[in-house]
Amino acid sequence: MPEWNDILEVLLLQNYNTRLVVLSTTLLGIAAGLVGSFLLLRKRSLMGDALSHATLPGVAIAFAVMVSFGGTGKSLPGLLLGATLSGIAGIATMLLIRHTTRLRDDVAMGFVLSVFFGVGVASLRMVQNMPGASSAGLESFIYGKTASMVHTDFVIIAIVAAISSLISILFLKEFLLLCFDDGFAASQGWPTLFLDVLLLTLVTAVTVIGLQSVGLILVIAFLITPPTAARFWTQDLMPMLLISAFIGGVSGWIGASLSALTPQLPAGAVIVIVAAMLFLISMLFAPVRGVIPRMLRHSQLRRKVDRQHLLRAAYEILEVQAGGKAVVNVPFPLAALLEKRSWTPLQLRRILKIAKREDHLEPATPGMIRLSESGFGEASRATRNHRLWETYLIQYADIAPSHVDRDADMVEHILGAKLVRELEDYLSSHDLALPVPPSPHALTPAKTS
Amino acid sequence: MLTETLESQSTFPTRNSEPRPEHPPEVPLAIHDLTVAYHRKPVLWDIELNIPEGKLVGIVGPNGAGKSTLLKACLDLVPRTSGWAHIYGKPYRKNRQRVAYVPQRESVDWDFPVNALDVVAMGAYRRLGWFRRVNKAETARAMAALEQVGIAHLAKRQISQLSGGQQQRVFLARALMQDADLYLMDEPFAAVDAATEEAIVALLRRLSDQGKTCLVVHHDLATVTTYFDWIVLINMRVVAAGPVNETFTRDNLQKTYGGKLSLLEKAAEALRSSPH
Repeated sequence: MPEWNDILEVLLLQNYNTRLVVLSTTLLGIAAGLVGSFLLLRKRSLMGDALSHATLPGVAIAFAVMVSFGGTGKSLPGLLLGATLSGIAGIATMLLIRHTTRLRDDVAMGFVLSVFFGVGVASLRMVQNMPGASSAGLESFIYGKTASMVHTDFVIIAIVAAISSLISILFLKEFLLLCFDDGFAASQGWPTLFLDVLLLTLVTAVTVIGLQSVGLILVIAFLITPPTAARFWTQDLMPMLLISAFIGGVSGWIGASLSALTPQLPAGAVIVIVAAMLFLISMLFAPVRGVIPRMLRHSQLRRKVDRQHLLRAAYEILEVQAGGKAVVNVPFPLAALLEKRSWTPLQLRRILKIAKREDHLEPATPGMIRLSESGFGEASRATRNHRLWETYLIQYADIAPSHVDRDADMVEHILGAKLVRELEDYLSSHDLALPVPPSPHALTPAKTS
Repeated sequence: MLTETLESQSTFPTRNSEPRPEHPPEVPLAIHDLTVAYHRKPVLWDIELNIPEGKLVGIVGPNGAGKSTLLKACLDLVPRTSGWAHIYGKPYRKNRQRVAYVPQRESVDWDFPVNALDVVAMGAYRRLGWFRRVNKAETARAMAALEQVGIAHLAKRQISQLSGGQQQRVFLARALMQDADLYLMDEPFAAVDAATEEAIVALLRRLSDQGKTCLVVHHDLATVTTYFDWIVLINMRVVAAGPVNETFTRDNLQKTYGGKLSLLEKAAEALRSSPH
């Protein structure tokens, strides 16, 4: 286990070499978060994956070329140039297949991904046997390795990441239009082909500078995970971009630090694991679209609906008992409630328990139900809202009164106080307002068992 | 998709590129000898059409008759195999600012991180040009457009939380933002609620009162006579085009829809109940 001091040293970037690695991976993460957002919204994630795999032959060929010109073959700019060219060749092949044949997109991408990667692996083996050079370390482009990074590498990565981020912010409006509605964009005269090529160029740039630290297999995760996680936190593009850039940056920073602490862990894998953890947290807990908040909201709504159904059922029972006279709060048999709605005895017991907790019920003799003062008030209010809504529906929409009850059951729980007031105003101007308006359709009489 | 724009722009300027003298230059949409083919299979054949100004024009025909393709061919969105379509006497790419396009609602992913106002503001992007962000004036115009379609209160709502009818209204508001003279709408009435249908009809009437021309792909034969002044019946070719009361006849419908009797019965009912 690394010492606490080591951890601090790495996280606070005290060591020069670690500082380079961590900073460049953070910048890479930010760029990937921004560019990846548009790639995701354009629904081209798989294309990014094919692209990154297509870079491998270029790495091997660039190495071979540099060696045959007498170099060591290890110059990063040369290798990255080769990767870029072969990535572009991969995309071109993909587009060619798409436009000249009637094969589907996924076939074209799968084809390019596997064929280019296969060619890449084979050529790596071949260049390893070239006389006069050791290609040891080239394989780190597959899984990513940060330890060998030097200052010039850092400069390249930082500059390319910064430019890619700037361009994606500069073209924000144009990319948004392209991703949302490319047909409309084209009809407006926007050069959609140019914008698509620009977007893929940015993806290529981020992929290529990510090769060294993250590796070509995992770089797609760095492009896709941050924006997917960010989507759980917001419904707007700007916050999504910022959160995505943040998640990308944080994963790069933490991932590269962890990998610096335990050198046997490949940086790419650690970075992707950190990003995946952030994704998991977002998916579960993000308040806007997260799974757990959504479940909580749903169960809250259900409880509210149940409670209002109970109170309204109780009120209608009391109303029938009163037989046209003023409705008074008296105990009534539990069995009457069961007949009123489709509750099982178990469900009803659960709902009654909730109502008791909210002080809507008062203790009564077994088998009988008695509303509390506040429960009775709530019940008459819920019934009133419900009938207002029903009346409204009957007045305004061509919905047959026999269908109204079911619709109203769902809608009234979403009705705010403001709308209720509007309905009251409408009803009072038509001489229809009553403290509790009579039900506009005949109440179903309680079934006799 | 990627090459479409290029291909269509390279449509070669033939002798036909100047409007023929037989139609006046101010016709909102003039189509001559238009043929469109996908994968060697023709979708539209020899379309000849002059749409008069200020009319509400319905395009009616069976599924797969090429109704949407006709709009797209006018907008350079699909490559034309032959012929041309002129907007007020000029090719579309020279007269874009006079045309607003409302695509089919299903053509986009509505679970997209933007709100209704953002989508409507897209109608101003062309005016704004490269890199300029949506400013206050354009935001105000977008709000006004939402107001016109009756959903200004939903401006800040994320678009996936709008109903189908509300989404359709957002698309219409985006078209209004363009302040065009010719509106091309692809099935705006498809799967919308009654209130939206009413709002769209009112909007179409308003546009036509202002002298604008609307070309609307439509599928409900029963409402043709009440909604439109003019009608184009197509089934790969133009079967008939002209004022509704002269053109929307049993005979023409028979030619357009062939043996699909159930549809014809519906149409016959519509004819009986219409004032014409």
